[in-house]
Amino acid sequence: MAELNTGGKKATPRVDMTPMVDLMFLLVTFFILTTVISTPQAMDIAKPDKNEKLPENRLELKASKTMTILLGKNNKVAWYMGVAGESAPTIESGSQIEDAIVKNRKTADASGVAGDFVVLVKPTSGSTFQNFVDIMDELEILKVKVRQIDDDNILDNEKQFMKEKGIL
Amino acid sequence: MPRIKVKRTSTVTDMTAMCDVASLLLTFFILTATARQPEPLAVSTPSSTYEFKVPVENNAILTIGQGKVFFEVAGTKVRAKTLELMGEQYKISFTPIEIQRFSNIGSFGVPIQSLKSLIAMNGGDRMKPGVQPGIPSDSTDNQLNAWVLNARKATKEINNQDMRISIKGDAKEEYPVVKKIIDVLQKQSVNKFLLVTNSEAKKK
Repeated sequence: MAELNTGGKKATPRVDMTPMVDLMFLLVTFFILTTVISTPQAMDIAKPDKNEKLPENRLELKASKTMTILLGKNNKVAWYMGVAGESAPTIESGSQIEDAIVKNRKTADASGVAGDFVVLVKPTSGSTFQNFVDIMDELEILKVKVRQIDDDNILDNEKQFMKEKGIL
Repeated sequence: MPRIKVKRTSTVTDMTAMCDVASLLLTFFILTATARQPEPLAVSTPSSTYEFKVPVENNAILTIGQGKVFFEVAGTKVRAKTLELMGEQYKISFTPIEIQRFSNIGSFGVPIQSLKSLIAMNGGDRMKPGVQPGIPSDSTDNQLNAWVLNARKATKEINNQDMRISIKGDAKEEYPVVKKIIDVLQKQSVNKFLLVTNSEAKKK
């Protein structure tokens, strides 16, 4: 009589885990990719108050310590020291402004005039949001403490200069 | 002469341990995950070296891109309250179900008159291009101003904290578009903003 092969060698109950592992890693990958790993970074900026009735909103700047940077088209910037129209602006590409800021700060600090070195940023209609963020970032990197954003009072001679140079 | 016996080992490896690790990781990621919200207006933000995290609460995000502006305020309760206040202002009554559905919508950009139909849509339809034309921010019909103002009120009422405003602008966006939005905010005497950027390695 044939015997049932129950005893003797016991087959180990082995399950092939490979497909399960495959599936697991697929899910892990999916969750890694959909998870917001880090919250985005932000830049903290403050714009001057527009309320002109408050006298403390008017700030007097020292001409020899003020650098104005105009943001123009095609990632170009124009900068000048002091009062508009008195000194001819210099056109530079946005990535090279760093050296100019460092140089002007040195000159301003050496001049002996009291007060901080101020950078006035004027984004014009030709510039992009990227240009604006870049320049603010540059000022942060260079630790320029006093920086002002002014997009309302772009002077006529500034506009004219920029038009002549084709960056507005 | 005895033959050399080559012992054959099976190539089957025990996958159990690997499976364990994988499921452990999977559990971890599922539990920590907050799914990324799909955005109806995709923007690529410029990069900067600032290391300031965008706050998770008490924050409104204005997304600017392609000349349009989209609005989002953090927190479901604040969203619900904001919609209530907006409804009062524009004389539109929203049902509790609509308010509940709205509180789960992230960023949106439709005029308030067509907000009801946006709420009624399902998530997939909302993301279709052309469905959301942006929030009107002209001086004739400045709904963006109303949204920001009501969101500030709602945040103050519910969390008793001041709301921050983050601007998430597209890197290629022209400055005048951004300026227009900032001017709207400055009219409300909001002079401090956060500009959302990608992080970039610091230059040495």
